[in-house]
Amino acid sequence: MSDVVIGLEIHCQLDTKTKLFCPCSTDYRDDGPNTHVCPVCLGLPGTMPAVNRAAIEYALKVAKAFHCAIPEECEFSRKNYFYPDLPKGYQITQYDRPLALGGYIEIESEEGGEKRVRLTRIHVEEDPGRLVHKGGGDRARYSLVDYNRSGVPLIEIVTEPDMTSPKEARRLLAQLRATLEYLGVYDSEKEGSLRVDANVSIRGHERAEVKNISSYKGVEKALTFEITRQRSLIRRGAVIERETRHFVEARGTTTSSRSKVEEHDYRYFPEPDLPPLRVAGWVDAIELPELPAARRDRFVAQYGLSANHARTLTGDLRLAAFYEEIAGNDPALAATWVADTLLGELNYRERSIGTVDPARFRALLALVKAGTITDRSGVEVLRAVLDGDEEPNTVVERLGLAATTGDDAIATAIAEAIAEFPQAVADYRAGKANAINYLAGQVMKKTRGRADPRELGRLLAEALTE
Amino acid sequence: MDDPFNAYITQWSFSGAGTGPLAGRTVAVKDNISTAGCATSCGSRILAGYVPPYDAHAVALVKAAGAAINGKTNMDEFGMGTTTENSAYGPTLNPRDVSRVPGGSSGGSAAAVAGGLADLALGTDTGGSVRCPAAFCGIVGLKPTYGRVSRYGLIAYANSLETIGPMGRTVRDVSDLLRVIARPDSRDTTMQGRPYEHDPVADPKGKRIGVPAEFFGAGVDPRVAETVRKAVETLAACGAEVVSVSMPSMRYALAAYYVTCTSEASSNLARYDGVRYGPGGETAKSWHDAFTAVRSGNFGDEVRRRILLGTFALSAGYYGKYYGKAQTARANVGADFARLFADVDVLAGPTMPVVAPRLGELADPLAMYLADILTVPANLAGVPAISVPCGTVDDLPVGLQLTGRPFEDETVIDIAAAYEEAVA
Repeated sequence: MSDVVIGLEIHCQLDTKTKLFCPCSTDYRDDGPNTHVCPVCLGLPGTMPAVNRAAIEYALKVAKAFHCAIPEECEFSRKNYFYPDLPKGYQITQYDRPLALGGYIEIESEEGGEKRVRLTRIHVEEDPGRLVHKGGGDRARYSLVDYNRSGVPLIEIVTEPDMTSPKEARRLLAQLRATLEYLGVYDSEKEGSLRVDANVSIRGHERAEVKNISSYKGVEKALTFEITRQRSLIRRGAVIERETRHFVEARGTTTSSRSKVEEHDYRYFPEPDLPPLRVAGWVDAIELPELPAARRDRFVAQYGLSANHARTLTGDLRLAAFYEEIAGNDPALAATWVADTLLGELNYRERSIGTVDPARFRALLALVKAGTITDRSGVEVLRAVLDGDEEPNTVVERLGLAATTGDDAIATAIAEAIAEFPQAVADYRAGKANAINYLAGQVMKKTRGRADPRELGRLLAEALTE
Repeated sequence: MDDPFNAYITQWSFSGAGTGPLAGRTVAVKDNISTAGCATSCGSRILAGYVPPYDAHAVALVKAAGAAINGKTNMDEFGMGTTTENSAYGPTLNPRDVSRVPGGSSGGSAAAVAGGLADLALGTDTGGSVRCPAAFCGIVGLKPTYGRVSRYGLIAYANSLETIGPMGRTVRDVSDLLRVIARPDSRDTTMQGRPYEHDPVADPKGKRIGVPAEFFGAGVDPRVAETVRKAVETLAACGAEVVSVSMPSMRYALAAYYVTCTSEASSNLARYDGVRYGPGGETAKSWHDAFTAVRSGNFGDEVRRRILLGTFALSAGYYGKYYGKAQTARANVGADFARLFADVDVLAGPTMPVVAPRLGELADPLAMYLADILTVPANLAGVPAISVPCGTVDDLPVGLQLTGRPFEDETVIDIAAAYEEAVA
């Protein structure tokens, strides 16, 4: 895949309380259309923008976390274009004097090592409003405009074309998201808070810009499709044209969106209503919290975790906090259960870590650690806890999952297995040591997994040598 | 109220509280300054029916000062003109001679004050729009320092150049109104937080007045020039020291001004698309067609001309050649003023090169643009400039323009007051 070249332009909504240029609340998602608006974000004649200092501080935190150069002064510019969701007929953004230049984001490379993806720039801009097409998609008879989103602060992060596979692009986004959430400037759970444009090419050929990607999974999907498309064109001897393409999430494909109307000349010029912004004095005052890489190293040192577990557990702010809350006196056991078991069960259910009750999970770990239930039963209990509303020990009682080490049920099951599978018994006695695993599997089946595996091995061996 | 000069687009009766520094006085407000609950059209059809839900900062201050507001005054559409003939609501007539234009673009405000319909008026000045009509109608008008009066609520034509300015029959009137409106406002972050607390002191002794040769150059009616030179002599007789100076950057001022203001206008006026306010378009196949119909059907010729000019000046490949160069020329004008103001306290010259033209006389756009040559430098540099009546030519008023250092509005007001007192 090393001939693939990928660069990203990532827009993230900054999670400030108020909008970038007016005092309207950004907490609009549960409210009706056009309820979080004022003369400024509606672009009424005569209104003027006044910069929300918190948004700039948030952006500066990001720039600092990614090792960017921060010029002493930055400037806002107008990007002029007509669109019904754009109330002023221009977007206030930054152009030739952005907030931050350079810097890098560290990710795990395709080969497994550390890799730096260089950043070109980070700038601050306002989100436009949103169109709602009544009747849906292309068949809509009319469109409505909702300006609740108008003026919400965004940062645009532009990377250099340093990624060589869709997987690396996904990792970059994951690392970006984690860092932004650690910084407390972004909430990935808010719908529409992330938008990505991807530039992708096969080395030596023209590139395509894929727009309209709005999820982490979408990035990998869109890029994989686009690379396949470009490769097959090249194989057939066709020339790849430089163009803008649209990602169609539902189909996982990209389609050409070239049209004359969309060929813009944005006529950028400095926003005359905002004086250049001197940030020199603010930058030093900004203190960064512990970021994912530092927390990963700490997890290895403090909890004795493997690098892989530490990376997984620190890759999401809420997950890391959850882990630290339940790590208790057996952090290794906790790490295995969270990273290897819990995450899989959550993914399957498309749920986030925020929906898990740490107290219940801690109770589950205690049951496993005490040997009250086996690992296998633990998974069953976890599923029941996730799907229902029960305490782990209630589930254990209801399903009769208490481990049955050394009791009659297990002895009976062993006797039955030995009686039912004489061939395996003979094989074992003839020296095929792993025949015992087959018999152990049969016992597990009969006891519905309640037997402790190590204990079972010992009991079986005893029974077979009798 | 009878309005023989078509000074008002919308009459209004906001009655002031009985107390406050402007109690008992009537203020007319230019129709590009937002007034909550009162239609604000900028002299354009494209804002017909638009009623702002908020007051401009200056309007809120005028109200709080106890003044009555009796209406919104006529103007060149969006401030684009020098005669108040480019209004969708018909031309305003000059109260001094109704066959003449009142000047523009704040012609309605000047006519209201000169015609006795209002005691004071708010105008706006982007390239001379307060001073020109003040000169043509024989009243006093001040363009304050950029950043001294909040622009919040002033409907933008060219943000980096324009400011709200007070107009009145005397320098003291203008000073009284400036004291009310020059107050800090966190919503306009181009403000410098320099309130005006001054009372005019009519004494020019020891002040140095520079007279730039370029202010009396080609295109200036010799009779106007002569009238203004006499006014400067009057100030010298009162104790001011008069020196001849030169301002070579004047050569590029008009070009720098028109490139800058049309560029900003092309962007500022993009919001008039019929979606949120103003006349909506007929339902069209695409939003693109709907926008085109609304804009081409409701903007006047001069507005369309300036949007086209500005769009061109900002286009890829032309930006450096036009907008970029204009900013360099603009910086040179600022540097020229700074150099002169290291030596002199104010600059003096005519406000307008001519007296008020007849209606229709300045129909050629280029001739109209040239009439702004003496007023635009102050806007390019952001410095204060006042026009005070200084005599007549053919019974038509002539304005003396006094330009000062940034945030020394007090000085230009003092010297204007001294002249006014000397000839009273």
